[in-house]
Amino acid sequence: MSDDLLSLASRCIRCGFCQDACPTYKLTASETASPRGRIRLMVSVTGEGKSLTPDLIHAMDLCLGCRACETACPSGVEYGRMLEIFRHRIEASSARPRVQHASKAGLIAMMERPAAFAASLKIAAGARRVSGNDPIPSPIVRAITGGKADQLLMPTADLPESTSPLPEISPASGKRRHTVAILPGCVMQVLYDRVHRATIRVLQKVGCDVLAPRALGCCGALDIHAGFLSSGLERARAFLRTLQTLDYDAFVVNSAGCGSTLTEYGDLLADDPVHSYEARTFAAKVVDISTFLDDHGPLSFTGRFERTVAYHHACHLAHGQRVVEPPRRLLEQVPGLRLVPLAESDLCCGSAGTYNITQPDMAKRLLDRKVDNILKTGAEIVAMGNPGCMAWIQTGLQERGSAVRIMHTVEIVDAAL
Amino acid sequence: MMLCTEIGLAQLEQELALALGPDAVLSSPADVLAYDGDAYPAARQAPALVTLPTCTEQVSTVVRLCNRYGTPFVPRGAGTGLSGGATPSPGSVVISLARMNRVLEVDPENRRAVVEAGCPNIAVSRAVEAYGLHYAPDPSSQTVCTIGGNIAENAGGPHTLKYGVTVNHVLGVTMVLADGSIVTAGGKADDPGAFDLVGVIVGSEGTFGIVTEATLRLTPLPQAVRTLLAIYDRVESCTSSVVAIVGAGVLPCALEMIDQTILLAIEDAFQMGFPGDARAVLTIELDGSEAGSAEEAAIAREVCLQHGAREVREAATPEERARLWLARKKGVGTTGRLASTIVTQDGAIPRSRLPDVLSGIAECAERHRIRVCNIFHAGDGNLHPCVLYDQADPDESARVHAFNEDVLRLCVEAGGTITGEHGVGIEKREAMRLMFSEPDLQLMHRLRETFDPEGLCNPGKMLPCP
Ligand SMILES: Cc1cc2nc3c(=O)[nH]c(=O)nc-3n(C[C@H](O)[C@H](O)[C@H](O)COP(=O)(O)OP(=O)(O)OC[C@H]3O[C@@H](n4cnc5c(N)ncnc54)[C@H](O)[C@@H]3O)c2cc1C
Ligand code: SF4
Ligand code: SF4
Repeated sequence: MSDDLLSLASRCIRCGFCQDACPTYKLTASETASPRGRIRLMVSVTGEGKSLTPDLIHAMDLCLGCRACETACPSGVEYGRMLEIFRHRIEASSARPRVQHASKAGLIAMMERPAAFAASLKIAAGARRVSGNDPIPSPIVRAITGGKADQLLMPTADLPESTSPLPEISPASGKRRHTVAILPGCVMQVLYDRVHRATIRVLQKVGCDVLAPRALGCCGALDIHAGFLSSGLERARAFLRTLQTLDYDAFVVNSAGCGSTLTEYGDLLADDPVHSYEARTFAAKVVDISTFLDDHGPLSFTGRFERTVAYHHACHLAHGQRVVEPPRRLLEQVPGLRLVPLAESDLCCGSAGTYNITQPDMAKRLLDRKVDNILKTGAEIVAMGNPGCMAWIQTGLQERGSAVRIMHTVEIVDAAL
Repeated sequence: MMLCTEIGLAQLEQELALALGPDAVLSSPADVLAYDGDAYPAARQAPALVTLPTCTEQVSTVVRLCNRYGTPFVPRGAGTGLSGGATPSPGSVVISLARMNRVLEVDPENRRAVVEAGCPNIAVSRAVEAYGLHYAPDPSSQTVCTIGGNIAENAGGPHTLKYGVTVNHVLGVTMVLADGSIVTAGGKADDPGAFDLVGVIVGSEGTFGIVTEATLRLTPLPQAVRTLLAIYDRVESCTSSVVAIVGAGVLPCALEMIDQTILLAIEDAFQMGFPGDARAVLTIELDGSEAGSAEEAAIAREVCLQHGAREVREAATPEERARLWLARKKGVGTTGRLASTIVTQDGAIPRSRLPDVLSGIAECAERHRIRVCNIFHAGDGNLHPCVLYDQADPDESARVHAFNEDVLRLCVEAGGTITGEHGVGIEKREAMRLMFSEPDLQLMHRLRETFDPEGLCNPGKMLPCP
C-alpha cells in the first residue's frame, strides 16, 4: 500500500493549483494545512522514513477529506485515495494517543448503528433545549478532540419525531420502467427519514419499482474516510453479500458521502479475490438520485414550488463524484422555483463525516462562513444532497436565529412532481 | 550579531511569536517540511521557521529580528516558482506573504490598483473587471501565483506578447529592505522621476528585499477578442506559421504552441475534442476593435493554411474561448500524468529562430535519450520544453542535467537568454556564466551588496558563486 501511495503522489507536480480550492488553506494560509503540503507530509513518512509525529498527525486530522483539491488539480492527483491509505496507516500505528484512537473508533461505531445514533442525538437535543448546551461530558469531548475543545455543537437541529421502517418494496406508479434499489442507510435513516420517503415517491413516479432492503447495513464510508480501512472493507463485503440475492437495474443513492464510497467499491476491493468482480459490477450501477432523475427526465411536474432556492454543493457529490450540473438542472426545471447563486457554493461546510466532532474549531469557522454566504443570498431554502451537510448547516442557521430551511434536492422535486 | 545556534533559534522564535502572534510562527517538523520548496523538484530544504506576517510593519519586524540573530530569510509567495527561488536556504526563516492578499485600492480613472504582495494575480483582474479593466500579465499559474512572486520573477504569460511583461505594469512598490527599513519606489505616476528603482527591483528574485505592496497599471479590456486554434500535422509547419503571422504585420495578443504529447495529456484531463493525431496546435488570439480583429483573424487564418495547417477553428462563444484557455493554462499542470518528475525548462530566443532551435532541442533530446514535450509562448520565442523523467533514476537524472545545459547553450547561441520568465533561482545559477561575462556578473554582485550588505536576503539564489 505504501507503493500505492508513492505512485499516486508522484503525479503531484507541486504547482499549487489546488491551494485556492482547499478550505483549510483558505482559512489559515498555511502550507501545512494545504493539499500540496499534506502530500509532502504523506510522502515524507511513506517514502523518506520520517516518523508520525503528533504535529504531522494533526495536520492530517485537519484535512476535511472534502476532495476539492482533486477537482482543482490539473494533474489528476487522487488525493482522496491517498488520504484513505495514509489515515489507515496512522490508525494502524500506535502513534495516536490510545484514548483518542478509541474514542474516535467508538464515535464512528455509534454513528453506524442507527438505534444508538438516534438515541444519542435525542439526548443531545433534549439537553440543548433545557440548558442551551450540548451534553457530551467534557472529558469525553476532550478525548475525542485531542484536548482541543470542551464543548461541542452537535447537529441536532433537524431531528424527526419518530420513524417507522420503510417499505421493502414500493411499486412503480403506472408502467414499470426500471427496478431500482436504495440505501436505507445509517445516518440518513436517523436524521432524514423524510428524504428517503421523498426519494421513494419520486422514483415511483418516474416508473421505478423501489427496493429498500432492510438487511442492508452501513456501507463502510464512515470507517474508510476515518482511516479504519479494514473494518470499512469488512462492511463493504457484507454489504455486497446482502445485495447478492437482489435483482435491480440501478442502485440509487441520496447521500453523497455514501455514494462516493459506493462508486469506489471497485477500486477499494480490487485486490479482493472473492469480491472484486462483484464490487466492480455493483459500483457501475451506483448513481446519485439527481443524476438518475436527470438521465430519465425531463420530469413532468404537476405542481409548483414558489420559493427562492440556493444550491450548496456537497463535497462528496461535487468533488467525490463530480456531480455538479444534474441537481442544478433539476432545480431549474421545477415550476415556480427561483434559483439564486450562492457564493463559494462548493466550499465545504465543515460537517465532513465526524469532522465537526473531532475538529470543532475549524468546523465551526467553516460553518459560520457557509451561513454568512447563505444569508447574503436572500434564499428561503438551501438545497443539497447529503445528510451530514443538511443537519450541520441547519444547526448553524438555527443558531443564528435564521428561518432559512434546508431541504434535500429530491424533496423539492417531490413537492412539485 | 549573534550566532544562529539552537538557543538563538529558540529565542528568535519566541520573539517572533511575541511580535506576530503565536499562530503566525510555525516551527514544528511537519510545518517546516511543508515549506521545503516550490514547484522546482530538484532542490529541497526545510527552513528553521516559517512566519506569516499580515502587514508591512510585521514584515519589517521579522527582518529586523532575523538581522539581530544573523539568520537568513527567504520571501515566499505561492511557491509556484519553477527555478527554486523560494526554496529555503539552510537554517533560514521563511517570510510567507500568503496572509497579505488584499486588493487595497482601485483607481479606475487613472487605471491603477494598489495591492498587497501576496495577492494572487487573478484577484487583481477580478477586482477591476467591473470597470472594464484588467491586469495584463497573465502567467499560466495566475489563479494562485502572487503579485510579489510575479515581480520577483518578472513574470510573463500568453498575453505579454502584445502587452508586455510584469515590469511594464508595475509602477511602484513598498519594500522592506534587507536591514528592515521600509522604502517606497515609484508610485502612481508613469515616470519614476529619479533612478528607476522599480525597474531594478522587478526581476531581483527576492534578493533585494521583500516587496509588501505594489501599485499596478491596469489595462482596458479589449472591445473584441477572437481566438483561433490552428491544427498541424507537422511541428515545423506550426513554428514557421508563428514567424509568418508576425511577419505579415499582425500582432496577436497571444500566440501559443502545444505539441502532441501534451495535447494528449490535456485531452485526458479535460476532454477538449482535440484531434489525437495532430502533431501540434497553435492558439492565436487577436484583440482590438470588431473590424480590426476580424481582419487580423482572417490574415492569420490564411497564413496558417498557407504554412500547412490542416484546419483552423475559431472559438464561437466566450465559453469555447474559455475552454481553449483552460487547456492552455492548465496544460503544464497536466504533465504530472506523463512522468514522475517534470522539469519545465525556460529559455528565450528571437522568434525567427524558432523553427531551427525547436528541431535542435528535439535532436538534443534524442541524443541524450530524454523524453521532452513542449507547451510555450511561441510568439515571444519563449520556449518551455518540459522534461519527463524519474528523479530516482540517477543515470536518467544525469542525462537530463546534460540535456538542460545543451538546451541553454542552444538558446544563447541563437542570440537568446537562459530564462524567459521563470527566473534563475537555484536551478540556473551556474548557467549565468553562459550568458554573462565576469565584469557583468561583478556589477550584479555589487548591486546586490548595495541592497543586502549582510547577504541575509534569499542567499544562494540567482548569482553564481563568485
Ligand atoms: C503550472 C505552472 C505554470 C507557470 N506558468 C508561468 C507563466 O506562464 N509565466 C511565468 O512567468 N511563470 C510561470 N510559472 C512560474 C511561476 O508561477 C512564476 O514564477 C510566479 O511569478 C511565481 O510566483 P509565486 O507567488 O508562486 O512566487 P514563489 O514561487 O513563492 O517565489 C518566487 C520567487 O519570488 C520571491 N518572492 C516571492 N514573493 C516575494 C515578495 N513579496 N518580495 C520579494 N520576493 C518575493 C521568492 O523568494 C522567489 O525567489 C508557472 C508555474 C507553474 C507551476
Ligand atoms: S494541483 Fe495537483 S499537482 Fe498541483 S500541487 Fe495540487 S495536488 Fe499537486
Ligand atoms: S481534501 Fe479538502 S481539506 Fe483536505 S487537502 Fe483536499 S481540499 Fe484541503
